[in-house]
Amino acid sequence: MTAQVITVTSGKGGVGKTTAVANLAVALAANGSRVVCIDGDIGLRNLDVILGLENRIVYDIVDVIEGRCRLKQAMIKDKRLPNLHLIPAAQTRDKNAVSASDMTRLTKDLRSECDFILIDSPAGIERGFKNAIAPADRVLVVTNPEVSAVRDADRVIGILEAEDKGPGSLIINRLNPSLVRRQEMLSADDVLDLLAIELIGIVPEDEGVLIGSNRGAPVALDLKSKAGEAFRNIARRLKGEEVPFLDLESGSSLWERIQKLAGRR
Amino acid sequence: MSFLDKLFGRKNSADSAKERLQLVLIHDRTDLTPAELESLRDDLIATVSRHVEIDVTAMQFGMEHDGRSQRLVADIPIKSASHRRRASSSRKPKAR
Repeated sequence: MTAQVITVTSGKGGVGKTTAVANLAVALAANGSRVVCIDGDIGLRNLDVILGLENRIVYDIVDVIEGRCRLKQAMIKDKRLPNLHLIPAAQTRDKNAVSASDMTRLTKDLRSECDFILIDSPAGIERGFKNAIAPADRVLVVTNPEVSAVRDADRVIGILEAEDKGPGSLIINRLNPSLVRRQEMLSADDVLDLLAIELIGIVPEDEGVLIGSNRGAPVALDLKSKAGEAFRNIARRLKGEEVPFLDLESGSSLWERIQKLAGRR
Repeated sequence: MSFLDKLFGRKNSADSAKERLQLVLIHDRTDLTPAELESLRDDLIATVSRHVEIDVTAMQFGMEHDGRSQRLVADIPIKSASHRRRASSSRKPKAR
């Protein structure tokens, strides 16, 4: 059994790449898969805090690459989910400390040890991004229903195609269903029409995501959260399961139903 | 979208976002600026006009996208042959 390497990227920063990696990692591991996630954002380490593992770091990815420790020593085991591991980014080094072939070698050594290797790419389309996509078997592009995020996602998809990494699969994150119903936010269909790639998930805006980050407990662990459910569904799709998409746009709030009754819409 | 926006026929912002993105993405993907597209149009008119007489005012020219691939679409009406003959006969050089 050899692991699948999945890189999560976006072009624009702040659209929820790290959150997506943390949630997919947790959801896959809770589902019985062996998962290793790698923080590819050298110098701006964050996946450790989102996963709640920041206090357990001894070695990082640059220590492995430069031979100061063995790979196993840099893999932090999640106590909640024993089949989830994190290889943290180096915080005091820059992106030039790692090359694309380093990433390929590292993932090659890990492939026999697990089922999924998730790589959190840095924002941008420069070296850190190129390193992150180099070993990828599959790329997930995260975007928000918002002009700059969609434009940057399109650039990234163009680069992925040029580098023979396929167009990637799309995660539309932070969709606000009530704004979409009021036609003040691009709908998932609009974004898909513009980017024209395969959709793998739509994650609604949900305060539970921030609360989960505050606690270091990704929202996918919360069985009552809609965003958590959306991430768990993406994880199942990554495993090849056919899962219908959540219906986020048709339901309406009490206030919207009253407005409809009053003939305002 | 507020009642006033509807009253003044202002478009909702999701439609504006989509329309603006459609144009921006075409330019990003083809690396053609609106000015370059304009000069391509002029060259196309000049080349086609050397062979047939065309109706430039009724011409349609622009980029369309089909999935992730871009397509340059030009619809150029050709003026009728009888119209052309009349035009050319009046310009016929006199026999020496």
